[in-house]
Amino acid sequence: MAVDPETIRELSPKVLAILVGRGADFSAAEDAVQEAVIRALSSWESEAPSNPKAWLITVAWRVFVDMARADVARRDREERFTIEPTGGRSSERDDTLQLYFLCAHPDLTPSSAVALTLRAVGGLTTSQIASAYMVPESTMAQRISRAKRTVSLVGLRQPGDLSTVMRTLYLVFNEGHSGEIDLVAEAIRLTRELHTLTDDPEAGGLLALMLLHHARRNSRTTADGAIVPLAEQDRGSWDTELIAEGVRVLQDALARDQLGEYQVQAAIAALHADARTFAETDWTQIVEWYDELLRFGDTPIVRLNRAVAVGETHGPLQGLACLAEIDPGVPRYEAVAAHLHEKMGEVETAARLYASAARTATSLAERDHMTRQAARLNAALRDMERST
Amino acid sequence: MKYLLLKHYRGAPTPPNDVPADQWAPGEWDAHCRYMDDLAAKLQRSGEFVASHALSAEGMWVRSDGSGRPPLTDGPFAETKDLIAGFMLIDVDSHERAVEVACELSSAPGAGGEPIHEWLELRPVMGEAPNCPD
Repeated sequence: MAVDPETIRELSPKVLAILVGRGADFSAAEDAVQEAVIRALSSWESEAPSNPKAWLITVAWRVFVDMARADVARRDREERFTIEPTGGRSSERDDTLQLYFLCAHPDLTPSSAVALTLRAVGGLTTSQIASAYMVPESTMAQRISRAKRTVSLVGLRQPGDLSTVMRTLYLVFNEGHSGEIDLVAEAIRLTRELHTLTDDPEAGGLLALMLLHHARRNSRTTADGAIVPLAEQDRGSWDTELIAEGVRVLQDALARDQLGEYQVQAAIAALHADARTFAETDWTQIVEWYDELLRFGDTPIVRLNRAVAVGETHGPLQGLACLAEIDPGVPRYEAVAAHLHEKMGEVETAARLYASAARTATSLAERDHMTRQAARLNAALRDMERST
Repeated sequence: MKYLLLKHYRGAPTPPNDVPADQWAPGEWDAHCRYMDDLAAKLQRSGEFVASHALSAEGMWVRSDGSGRPPLTDGPFAETKDLIAGFMLIDVDSHERAVEVACELSSAPGAGGEPIHEWLELRPVMGEAPNCPD
């Protein structure tokens, strides 16, 4: 059997986790695994070993020990030579989880944690990650090697922080750049694994949130990338299997009675997914979940989304009243204000706000959407003028 | 998030150390260029560098005059035109970090080996729409 790159990609993070679990320095272990992968690619060409994982572990460990010896000789620091597993023998499950924690360590900047996670946990190549984030490969290589050094200094004795792991995976999911790698699918794959490893209700909440959003991917934009508002989305194109899975994962998480912000966000996404038409949306419950979300973090973004939901439940006037309590400088404030004013029938104000929202938009798709809305209302205003 | 830093030949507000480069002492131009190269290399090591290019001061306006007709051109540029001298594209974790990099770029040495403290234009690059908008 010839080499299967997918197999290697799936195995290399596990091998790395095992090396780190044995007490190997993270940075050196990662180098050793890369070296073992290169050797595998050439020596498996004709025939892969019967147990590829064991092969990779053996070779990577040998490379690591050789490198450590050379390192010791160079630096004359003998204590680094004696690498013994510390404490009890950890399980492979613990090793893999430890790898997640290391790669999203709080000492790393968000973009470094993202890069290192995709590389060391996701098994992607530097070139693939660089192209996904549209930076030169040399820059991404430096970002990853700096992150590796930081993590090496942290060592193994630091307790993991699940919240930074989840934030990192959410970033991967949410940035969803286009490229040869489907980062959304990658984020879901890794979150699924994290959920299995931890059995934490918030990891379940995050997985449910991703599945429920991903289920609606085809309806959120047109073929050429234009934003389709929720009210106009083709609900028939929603992926009912993903929705069912998302709801199931969410229900299991909620049953544990340890509410967290990802579970709350997933609950809101589930209510949207559950409505057969926009008119059937249970906005009252959505407002209640936003109130819950505010308890986990009172941010202007949550308040903006809550104002939209209040506008649907109690009418645009109430929505605008909620808006009055938010700083108008917050991103998307004008977009929400424009939407509510349009519902009030205040077309001129809405058109002006949409145009202003287009100028302050931070993404191309959003800017285009706001421009289209402004143009639509301005055309309606001209028609009204002509007919009077 | 990506930011574009724009350096101007003309059109930016006047910097504190405002001596034209052709009046600098010998070696000061080299020191200026070295500073810029070193900064680019440093940003590459920090994993934040995307691209950097200097632009010629020469150029012209061009526009189509309809299909089948020769393009209309106008140039060289009038003395009054804003003129971009070059750009650097960076990928950083925060707006604060982008400002920090801009300040470092703005501190490139000019006359007397002193920082020019020139004004730079800092422009956020439009990102992708987030996956979870509502």
